[in-house]
Amino acid sequence: MKERPTMHRREFLRNFSRKIPTVLTLATIPIHKLAAAVEGEYKASDHAYAMGVDIHKCIGCGKCADACKTENKVPREPHFFRTWVERYVVPDEGPARVDSPNGGINGFPEQGEQNDVLRQFFVPKLCNHCQNAPCVQVCPVGATFTSEDGVVLVDDTYCVGCRYCIQACPYGARYLHPTKHVADKCTFCYHRITDGLLPACVEVCPNQARVFGELGQRSSPLRRLLRFNDIIVLKPGLNTEPKVFYAGADGEVR
Amino acid sequence: MSRIPQQVIPLVVIFTLALAALIVGRQLLVPESFGDLGHYRADAVGEVAALDISYAGAQACLDCHEDIYDTKQEGHHQGLSCETCHGPAANHAEAPDEFLPLVPRGRDYCTPCHGYNPARPSGFPQIIEENHNPGESCLTCHNSHNPATPESPQECAACHRPIVNQKLVSHHTNVECTTCHTVPDEHMSNPRLVRAKRPTEPETCGQCHSRSANSSKNIPRIDMQTHGNRYNCWDCHYPHSPEANR
Amino acid sequence: MFDIIASAAANLPGITGYIYPNEYELQWGLLIIIYPYLTGLVAGAFILASLERVFNVSVLKPVYRLSLLTALSFMIIAPLPLLAHLGHPERALEMFLTPHTASAMAMFGFVYAWYLMVVLLLEIWFDYRQDFVRWSREKTGLVKYVYLALTLGATDISDKALAFDEKIGRVITIIGIPSAFLLHGYVGFIFGSIKANPWWSSVLIPIVFLFSAIVSGIALVIVIYMVSTMFRLKRLDMRCLNKLAELLLYAMIVDFSLELLDFIHRLYESEESIHILSEMISSRLFVSLIISQIFLGTVIPMVSISIARFGKFPAEMRRLSYFIAALLVQVGIFSTRWNVVIGGQLFSKSLRGLTVYKLDLFGLEGLLMGVGLLLLPFLILWGMTKLLPPWPDVEEAAEARPALT
Repeated sequence: MKERPTMHRREFLRNFSRKIPTVLTLATIPIHKLAAAVEGEYKASDHAYAMGVDIHKCIGCGKCADACKTENKVPREPHFFRTWVERYVVPDEGPARVDSPNGGINGFPEQGEQNDVLRQFFVPKLCNHCQNAPCVQVCPVGATFTSEDGVVLVDDTYCVGCRYCIQACPYGARYLHPTKHVADKCTFCYHRITDGLLPACVEVCPNQARVFGELGQRSSPLRRLLRFNDIIVLKPGLNTEPKVFYAGADGEVR
Repeated sequence: MSRIPQQVIPLVVIFTLALAALIVGRQLLVPESFGDLGHYRADAVGEVAALDISYAGAQACLDCHEDIYDTKQEGHHQGLSCETCHGPAANHAEAPDEFLPLVPRGRDYCTPCHGYNPARPSGFPQIIEENHNPGESCLTCHNSHNPATPESPQECAACHRPIVNQKLVSHHTNVECTTCHTVPDEHMSNPRLVRAKRPTEPETCGQCHSRSANSSKNIPRIDMQTHGNRYNCWDCHYPHSPEANR
Repeated sequence: MFDIIASAAANLPGITGYIYPNEYELQWGLLIIIYPYLTGLVAGAFILASLERVFNVSVLKPVYRLSLLTALSFMIIAPLPLLAHLGHPERALEMFLTPHTASAMAMFGFVYAWYLMVVLLLEIWFDYRQDFVRWSREKTGLVKYVYLALTLGATDISDKALAFDEKIGRVITIIGIPSAFLLHGYVGFIFGSIKANPWWSSVLIPIVFLFSAIVSGIALVIVIYMVSTMFRLKRLDMRCLNKLAELLLYAMIVDFSLELLDFIHRLYESEESIHILSEMISSRLFVSLIISQIFLGTVIPMVSISIARFGKFPAEMRRLSYFIAALLVQVGIFSTRWNVVIGGQLFSKSLRGLTVYKLDLFGLEGLLMGVGLLLLPFLILWGMTKLLPPWPDVEEAAEARPALT
């Protein structure tokens, strides 16, 4: 009986949101964005995207890496990934054992005897969409760039395929597309997010280990993740200012 | 004119021509929208944004499959997107009769997430495939849209397999989980919301390990007052595998 | 389950530890090794020529023009490997159309154009102009018109005009020295400025590149001078050769010291990357770095030149010793380029694993293509010496004849 009122409220909200979705949508959008929203036009400069990854929630199922390949038509060979999952096995002594068989798409086979394991965990990796992106800096022709909404993109009709950006990326997030012969990388699923959808990896993540959102939005799952966790970014010493934030990742992750 | 040496003239002409060719070439060959927003072709942004989608997104599924959505909302799979299991379904959303998404039935659709893997966060429900009703389809006992177990689990190991495994090979193998953890009944049906309690006082360990404890003689004893001064027991010992600290 | 791992490992032989999945493919191969090797030869040969011109090291007169032509023929080929390795060579012009000013690589087009057009071609043109005019008057047939075209219509060879040629040539050489430094220092900067790569990221890299360029350029001119003189059945100018060997030795001492400094500095600082880099040097790079670059390409030539130059030996022995040393230096410098380019990609940026580089025989990135690209400049040089004889004895013979004007 205690449950009833909350059920009512939830049901009410759900019906309300389904019946009159526009009202809800308008209520969550700041006034200055209304004009654009009414016209239905996407205005890049109103957005600032970022992603959070909660290490404690990642179960290493590899659905994200698989969905990414489907959504973005990434070659299926195991050497091309826009996103992949790594497994870290930290033993009592010595360096961590890291692997990522086929990017984690087919799961992680057990490593045999595990008597010396101190801790182990999974880490999803992707382009960090750095604020201060080394790949954008080194592109000789302006074929890779940071869009107004903070996403690092590749212009595949303009890229000369010199691969300097691949060398400059500290995170191994770029590869040369084997048939297009241009650099390729995660776009945060730009074609989805500009349409109000989630990136494919976030969409299919079964345990909400990946959280996507806008940095400027005060009430959002991303904001919550950033508020309640110890956050690190990868390789902070390189001053790339990543926009992929890791909650619960430890110093072994790089 | 006589002041300018003769050999300079052809060079000036050649370099002027080269420079002019570069300027004219730039005018002709640089894409129109280049530089509008930064040092890149502004049209490229729209081109990337216009790519086709494969995953329709959970909202699209909800428009037609409200009943399933409601079922899903009540169980542990509420956060799960339809296309995680049913595969990319944008074409189905566009033309529902023409394309049908996957309807997974095999065990191998569940084990990528629920198969036991020690690197998974503890508490995440996992089974050891070989032991867990081998050959049976998961759907026989579980409704994938609301996968609560048919009955509340009787064993902690049903969910906390990694910890139990560790305990099994330790000196604590005979210690019941409930000796140290108080487990509210509701934890069985709603594990995330109602948590089992961890010990907070060293006295929990003292039940067996203090000098005055009424327990088997083989159990190592310590002086609760002086041992480890101001640290809690579990700051140094890992209770699920106490001898692991050499 | 374990056979899955086993088969996965079998598919990727040679990989140890963990590398990011996108790192299985090495991005820069033989072509990118050849590129800095070629530009190094250009810069080195040019700097050698400048010594004669600007600093009046007149013993080097016999190789002045030869050095310039060598620089030019290697310069013409230098961009080819770059072009061939691009994913879209047809888009290469974008480097000139929309150069990204923040990118080190974007400056390539301009540094190259400046060096080729403003420095090398101009210097050669001013130096050869009076010969063009003379040859266009002496020769007959088609060649006459080729020379006439090469004069670009500037046929004035009065003393005043020649004095102007001499003056402007000197100015260009003076501009040319920093330009040559720029050309190759800049190539070093392309690697040295990649902070993501601890093997490359070093302020010393441009300077090391520069001195290794000088070393390779001088050694190349020694080889070309000795071989061409032999084929022309002329006598080697031993004073010139001794001077070249001396300069080579000095340049090598500076180069080797800088490389040692870089090495010691890394070892002493012992940053995060030191474990994987030491592992790489002692396994993957042992042959190309320790044996080929340091032992064969540096220590042996330095010792043999020192002994031959400053000991008392017959000229025959000296020549042989210089020749072998110069050849070994080429091997060494090529290994240097190899170790920079390939070494920078053999370890994972996760600093947890090593991969391997496999050189194909055929194909765009293959061994045959590489050998072809390395031989092409010699072919061009051979053609160029036919059209623009750089040999001083020819010049002297011409000067001995009464002037035609």
